[in-house]
Amino acid sequence: MKKLTIICSLALVLAACGGSNQDNASTSGASSTEAVPVNDSKPAYDPNRGEGKFHDVKLAAKLDGKMALNGEKIADLKCTSCHKLTDEKLVGPGWKGVTTRHKPEWIMNFITNTDAMIDKDPKAQAMLELCMVRMPNQNLSDQDARSLVEFMRKNDGLK
Amino acid sequence: MKNYLFLSIATLLLAVSGCKPKNTGDAIDGDAASKVYVAPGKYDELYNFVSGGFSGQVSVYGIPSGRLLRVIPVFSVDPEKGWGYSEETKPMLNTSHGEIPWDDQHHLDLSQTNGETDGRWLFANANNTPRVARIDLKTFRTSEIIEIPNSAGNHSSPFITENTEYVVAGTRFSVPMDNDNGDVPISTYKQNFKGTISFISVAPKDGDMKIAFQLLLPGMNFDLSHSGKGPSSGWFFFSTYNSEQAHTLLEVNASKRDKDYILAVNWRKAEEYIKQGKGKKQVVKYAHNKYNESTHSATSIMENEVTVLDVKDFSDIVYMIPCPKSPHGVDVDPSGEYIVGSGKLAALIPVFSFAKIQKAIADKSFDGKYGGIPVLKYESALYGEVKKPGLGPLHTEFDGKGNAYTTFFISSEIVKWNIKDLKILDRHPTYYSPGHLSIPGGDTRKPYGKYLIAYNKITKDRYLPTGPELAQAAQLFDISGDKMKLLSDYPSIGEPHYAQAIPAEKLVKNSVKIFKLEDNKHPYVTMGEKNSKVVREGNKIHVYLTAMRSHFSPDNIEGVKMGDEVYFHVTNLEQDWDVPHGFAIKGAKNSELLVMPGETSTLKWIPEKVGIYPIYCTDFCSALHQEMQGYVRVSAKGSNVPISFSLGKNSDAPDSLLNK
Repeated sequence: MKKLTIICSLALVLAACGGSNQDNASTSGASSTEAVPVNDSKPAYDPNRGEGKFHDVKLAAKLDGKMALNGEKIADLKCTSCHKLTDEKLVGPGWKGVTTRHKPEWIMNFITNTDAMIDKDPKAQAMLELCMVRMPNQNLSDQDARSLVEFMRKNDGLK
Repeated sequence: MKNYLFLSIATLLLAVSGCKPKNTGDAIDGDAASKVYVAPGKYDELYNFVSGGFSGQVSVYGIPSGRLLRVIPVFSVDPEKGWGYSEETKPMLNTSHGEIPWDDQHHLDLSQTNGETDGRWLFANANNTPRVARIDLKTFRTSEIIEIPNSAGNHSSPFITENTEYVVAGTRFSVPMDNDNGDVPISTYKQNFKGTISFISVAPKDGDMKIAFQLLLPGMNFDLSHSGKGPSSGWFFFSTYNSEQAHTLLEVNASKRDKDYILAVNWRKAEEYIKQGKGKKQVVKYAHNKYNESTHSATSIMENEVTVLDVKDFSDIVYMIPCPKSPHGVDVDPSGEYIVGSGKLAALIPVFSFAKIQKAIADKSFDGKYGGIPVLKYESALYGEVKKPGLGPLHTEFDGKGNAYTTFFISSEIVKWNIKDLKILDRHPTYYSPGHLSIPGGDTRKPYGKYLIAYNKITKDRYLPTGPELAQAAQLFDISGDKMKLLSDYPSIGEPHYAQAIPAEKLVKNSVKIFKLEDNKHPYVTMGEKNSKVVREGNKIHVYLTAMRSHFSPDNIEGVKMGDEVYFHVTNLEQDWDVPHGFAIKGAKNSELLVMPGETSTLKWIPEKVGIYPIYCTDFCSALHQEMQGYVRVSAKGSNVPISFSLGKNSDAPDSLLNK
């Protein structure tokens, strides 16, 4: 019983942290009212969302061209050494189709909370076995991460 | 006969063991191990910065574990880190004598605010070719080096004032001034040789150093110094020896007089005179080198002027305090009232009182002059003497609880005594012959106390023998109780002289983990792999190279010809802590590069033979680190191979060849 209480309070703490981080993630487009369920006593790992500060990223139906361009610049500086824009693997997997394979929350969590997700996420771990290089944390800001998703959407053909 | 021989050997052995301090076996406390044990993954309590002496560098240890954390290259080249070999760092070692690859680094002082260590910078002196360096404690890198003109043997340096207003640099050797004719007989020492003390101002915000003024003093040797604090703030104290003005066999000739001097400098007064324009400009030449963190490059400029105050012309800047027998350390207690002189050959420790010094000056209680400088009466300045403390006192530090700790070189021990009643409270042997000692914050207004580290000059049998040359021994003591307790030995690099220690929390929070790529303003930065390229400019070839786990871009380069100068500008595109990449090319005569995340570093390479030259990453960076390699083709002079570069384009033929 005591143990359960501890787990519950831990979940509360975790959830509270997640909630406040989400507010900080100003570009995620998430509204804080849709925060994480606080009454869930089992903080199960959500393989669709991953783990990190991004919970519910709202994407517009149309591309934000300016944001995508910014994302492309960041990609050129920090990402394309290892990722091609096609579906061909270089050091890491090609980016073609990445926005259909993963939810935006997962992508943004993975590229900002890389080490934690490689240690936990089944898809990231499967990819590590293929690539044999742990993806480095490239010290991206929340805005950077969001812009990269927009660029990935553009790369996947969204107009 | 045989028996006699045996007997004399036995006597000799007895005599020898009698002289030697007792073995530590019985000196170690039962709980010593637990006091120095820092569990795997745990941090040490303090950083200990230790001068490297003839290594020219500064090493950083964790206390209490004694674990070596880092060696910071300062005055000596360091091929391991490319220091002094990369194009960006070469200017840091420039001097008025040209580029110098080595120096002798003796003393360190941490920057202070209100007399307490503030964790911003660490200052280091170069003894041989006089210089002062400032190390940035956010990056643990040397960020500025300034040469000292009119100086030789910059020993009483780089001690600082209690708000880091100034760093001082006093010359050990007196010499003719730089702009005087130096081609004079050595025997004209008394006429032509002068001493100087430089006051280097430190800009409060960015730490930029500037020689504010120099004091011109009579020819003698300036040894060590410490700033006043509290009531004595505004004053600086320098020990001197060779008041005999000997220029040969100083061992004998500079040890004749019963007393030498401690020089008390009223630097606030000197500062006033400088502001009033009373200094004289002198034409000199000295290098001033700065490292810019956003361009990741150093620049060296030659300064050509210094302002000098001849102390003879002013009656109230400096005073001489007689101090027995060639004083070495001059140390000021945390209250700022007591100044401890340590005569290397004296059998007592004089403690001077700042209040009495002030009164003596006001009362003109003088005992003649030395080189135009008023000499105070010994008794008028003296608070009291520590009687029979030991043999060969060198340096004193303080615990902030009213106690002083002095090292004794000849009797090989540390002696704890009370500053107020001058009574000896404890003594503990060291192994062997300590020079400096360091108590964390022990020269500040607020010592941290708890530990004392002795830096011993002689190691002998303390570690497994390693041939004739041995690492020097630092010894950690617990001084939290009434009696000193020896906790551990740890070997050190070069020859440690002075050292400083600071609670870890003052530095940890500011420690830089990566350099942001976006802020990289290096003129040859490659912002992303897409921009990597090879550019020919006459016979200079600039390679804009990127490094990322686990490849360089480009990694195949052709079109280099004999007679070309090749510059590899390596930008590390990583943005994660502790992922440096290295860079090496076969036949390079300088060193490797070690490039931090977000940094750009340049290796100059002049090929000497036509052929294929491999390049590779020298720092194990990932599982595919051994794959992080490439080739550079060098063609004959006049060859028509054009510049080309690529990454990832493999040739088609090899499989069929392998199958043959």
